[in-house]
Amino acid sequence: MPERAPTTLFSLTTRAMSAQMVRMNAATSNLANAGSVSSTEEGAYRPIRAVFAVELDRASGLAGVTTSGLVRAETAATKRFDPSHPLADKDGNIWEAPVDETAEMVEIMESARQYQNLVQALQTAKQLMLETLRSQ
Amino acid sequence: MNERLFGIHGAALTLRSERMGVIASNIANAATPGFKARDIDFNAALDARLARARGVSTANPGTNSNAGMVWRSPTMPSMDGNTVELNREQVAFAENAVAYSATLSFVQGRVGTITRALKGE
Repeated sequence: MPERAPTTLFSLTTRAMSAQMVRMNAATSNLANAGSVSSTEEGAYRPIRAVFAVELDRASGLAGVTTSGLVRAETAATKRFDPSHPLADKDGNIWEAPVDETAEMVEIMESARQYQNLVQALQTAKQLMLETLRSQ
Repeated sequence: MNERLFGIHGAALTLRSERMGVIASNIANAATPGFKARDIDFNAALDARLARARGVSTANPGTNSNAGMVWRSPTMPSMDGNTVELNREQVAFAENAVAYSATLSFVQGRVGTITRALKGE
């Protein structure tokens, strides 16, 4: 494991903001692929989700967050009978990506809220630090 | 020396800054499954710290440094085991920031007094 710089409030917030970014990007990719169809069940797009994990820094006692990976949802693709579709298989079926748009929108909103919260906390902490530095 | 100069405010300022870090950790982990939110019980932690500063020789050296650390009990437990509630963290953070400002002005006042005494104005 490579030697990392000690966690400060700033690096903690940076990493947490990146994690929220990954989460938001995953949800946006899902939304973008919401209407996509495939001619096979395996080929259909499955929604992805970011999984977060705690990253504890024992020296400072701060607990950061990191994305431990992206997982694909185990939802079954939606089968639709549409023989006129150019991608239809020999039985006339197409497979649609099982994306729940509402859930993705909620995910994006929640992520944005948490991102906002982080920025606010960082601003307050930075202001207090500056006040401490400027005092003589 | 530090304690004679600043009273309890020196220790309090360090503790406020540590508590800010702990609450920021909670906010950062608002979406981490299984994360247990922590907080510092300010009174208990300050007492422990002052006791340690006063009686370095008498107190046992193994006093754990994270005295006053408490787990936050959620109002409503969530399915993924995460106990962070953003509204409570926000309030705790704001309260801590105000208290930090207050302690800082006490320290500043003390420094001003001593500077004036040294200059002999």
